[in-house]
Amino acid sequence: MANWETVVVETDLLICGGGMSACGCAVEAAYWAKKNGLKVTMVDKATPVRSGAVAMGLSAINEYIGYGAGDNPLEDYIRYVRQDLMGIARDDLVYNIARHVDSSVHLFEKWGLPIWLDENGKYVREGRWQLMINGESYKVIVAEAAINAMNDAGFEIYERVFIIGPIMDGDRIAGAYGFSTRENKFYVFKAKAVYAGMGGAVHVFRPRSTGEGLGRSWYPPFNSGATTYFQIMAGAELTCQEIRFIPVRFKDAYGPVGAWFLLFKSRATSAEGGEYMAVRKEELSNWAPYGLVKPIPANLRNYLGMLDVDAGLGPLYMETAEAIQNLAKAYEGDEKAFKKKMKELEAEAWEDFLDMTVSQSILWAANNIYPEKSRSEIAACEPYFIGSHSGGSGAWVSGPEDIETPYKWGYGNMTTIKGLFTAGDGSGASSHKFSSGSHAEGRYAGKQAIRFVLDNNSQPKVDDANVEALKKATFAPMDLFAANKGFTTDPDINPAYIRPMQFMFRLQKLMDEYAGGVSSAFKTSKSLLERGIELLAMLKEDSDKLGAETSYELERCWENTHRMWQAEAHVRTMLFREETRWPGYYFRADTPKMDEDNWHCFVNCTFANGEWKFEKKDVVKLID
Amino acid sequence: MPSFVMVEKCDGCKGQDKTACMYICPNDLMLLDKDGSLGYGEMKAFNRDPSMCWECYNCVKICPQQAIDVRGYADFVPMGASCVPLRGSQDIMWTVKFRDGAVKRFKFPIRTTPEGGAQPLGGYDEGDGDINSVNLVTEPKSAGADKMPTI
Repeated sequence: MANWETVVVETDLLICGGGMSACGCAVEAAYWAKKNGLKVTMVDKATPVRSGAVAMGLSAINEYIGYGAGDNPLEDYIRYVRQDLMGIARDDLVYNIARHVDSSVHLFEKWGLPIWLDENGKYVREGRWQLMINGESYKVIVAEAAINAMNDAGFEIYERVFIIGPIMDGDRIAGAYGFSTRENKFYVFKAKAVYAGMGGAVHVFRPRSTGEGLGRSWYPPFNSGATTYFQIMAGAELTCQEIRFIPVRFKDAYGPVGAWFLLFKSRATSAEGGEYMAVRKEELSNWAPYGLVKPIPANLRNYLGMLDVDAGLGPLYMETAEAIQNLAKAYEGDEKAFKKKMKELEAEAWEDFLDMTVSQSILWAANNIYPEKSRSEIAACEPYFIGSHSGGSGAWVSGPEDIETPYKWGYGNMTTIKGLFTAGDGSGASSHKFSSGSHAEGRYAGKQAIRFVLDNNSQPKVDDANVEALKKATFAPMDLFAANKGFTTDPDINPAYIRPMQFMFRLQKLMDEYAGGVSSAFKTSKSLLERGIELLAMLKEDSDKLGAETSYELERCWENTHRMWQAEAHVRTMLFREETRWPGYYFRADTPKMDEDNWHCFVNCTFANGEWKFEKKDVVKLID
Repeated sequence: MPSFVMVEKCDGCKGQDKTACMYICPNDLMLLDKDGSLGYGEMKAFNRDPSMCWECYNCVKICPQQAIDVRGYADFVPMGASCVPLRGSQDIMWTVKFRDGAVKRFKFPIRTTPEGGAQPLGGYDEGDGDINSVNLVTEPKSAGADKMPTI
């Protein structure tokens, strides 16, 4: 540890993360801070140009309302989200994101994002709320605006600095600490407000592919639970930690299905050719009222497919060839027009993958799959924590002040910790914000955070002894490795430490087998969860024995500690909720039914003084 | 291997303070073997942890020598296929090679403005400048509304 220099950075607002929501926070906060003589600092473990969930690109924007042009009323988006999450959503947060999201999308277009336009110059809608884009450079463009805003205001962005956790001053956030993955520097950021926007979590559960393809998760492997860990350690209240997300995607490479379902009107079928959404329609009444309203919630669509797989009717298929033939049918008889249409559809289908999941293109090409000629397998992915999509996990944040909501204790999108803000995958119970909504919510949180600083314009106290202890803990895995590596001939196998990759496998195995992962067919129970908690307790003890040879391995050590805490919040919340509400995300075999009388509520948790505390919170609707 | 570096083409981005692939990789996987002591060749880059690679292609797209490609994950992708991008300032061209030898080419736009030129306010008026109002900067105009709605 001796040669790690401590660098102290003082700022007003610290933005941790560089993804869509953090870039939204930066572009907005830079404006308000400059105007009010304050300072913003951004820190990302990669470069914002290509970091976060949109690092590769995206082929669609999934939240756009168009309320200004009268396309959709905002209220319908509240209904849509609440319905998809089986009644568990914060209307106030969903509404707030929806009213700001169109502004973000219009800015994206001005910044240079190509959004598909129809012959009348209107956006091409993939579905009611979704827009088609040429999105290879989506993140590059959004980051560029944020970086330009920060540079114009003279603010600094620290790249390749990995944030481990918060620094506290009693009940107020005081900053964050971490280390550079490029230089031997330990960073202490002191700030009056902090924005935690480091994304959701992947690799908490064992992925389907465990060899080289381990990294081909649907949501990216570098989103490793840093936000949740940060919030837990700050003492913030979390919500919906049981609402993981399991997407059904093209099997193995996890290519997107949205365009196939919505734009190409494709059917999903079992190997026998039965369309499970039609064949198993009656099952939906068991999940009324949510199962009976369209669009059918994502988790129930998953569930019907899973029932087919359980019944031995797999593989499941996306009927791509049939869909393309149907779309081209209108041009039959006119050979030239038909050929042109087929070529256009083919390019659209491939761009969908090439923009955001190139691996799926390789997989199709490697299997000689031509989507216009043959169907392609789909499957449920492993579980992820992504509150911005169709999961719900995140912090419990204060609602917007101009809206009549019972969930209000100060500045909008502030957690229950003074000065700690979050959005995107960091804020819970406000699903279906996706890339655009995360950006809009990040902007909103950025303005609110600056407002907080103006009202609380004093630098919190940071205890030097505490910082020294955090520094020691940060580098403990390197010290442990260095002190013990000479004991064995093989540095991988040593009784004194566990290296991060094996630690991750241990976490993934227990989550997979006890908490309803892929190999357990997404089923768990009270007994399984309780046993899982016993194993997690020992894993937690052993996290003190993580060993790192290099700073790269140190990064991986801390990522896995972050994942482990996300796992614990998840397992304990599933145990607390004694029902099955999202059967296509997880199924509690001992409480197999939905219980509206007792469990139509949020489950919130807090970790304080070494103890987890759980409580129910009422769901209060803003509209019917 | 997911991303792999071709020995003949990689020059370690010599003359620059960091390699393009190290700069861009969102998962901190690309590393330069400066003096060859790591066994990958002097001034050659490599992917230090292929099983953590998302195959995002950012290293492939940014490499000034076109020295990086991707070989599909060995544990589930049959051999012989590839997707090779050529990313310009306004569009990207893809060459997709199938296992059966077929080749398809696609070209898609990637942006409508010059690189680097994104104006944070997008040309909109900044708005009311009031820290206490519900309007984010550029709203309500950028939202396409006369005033921000509430409920």
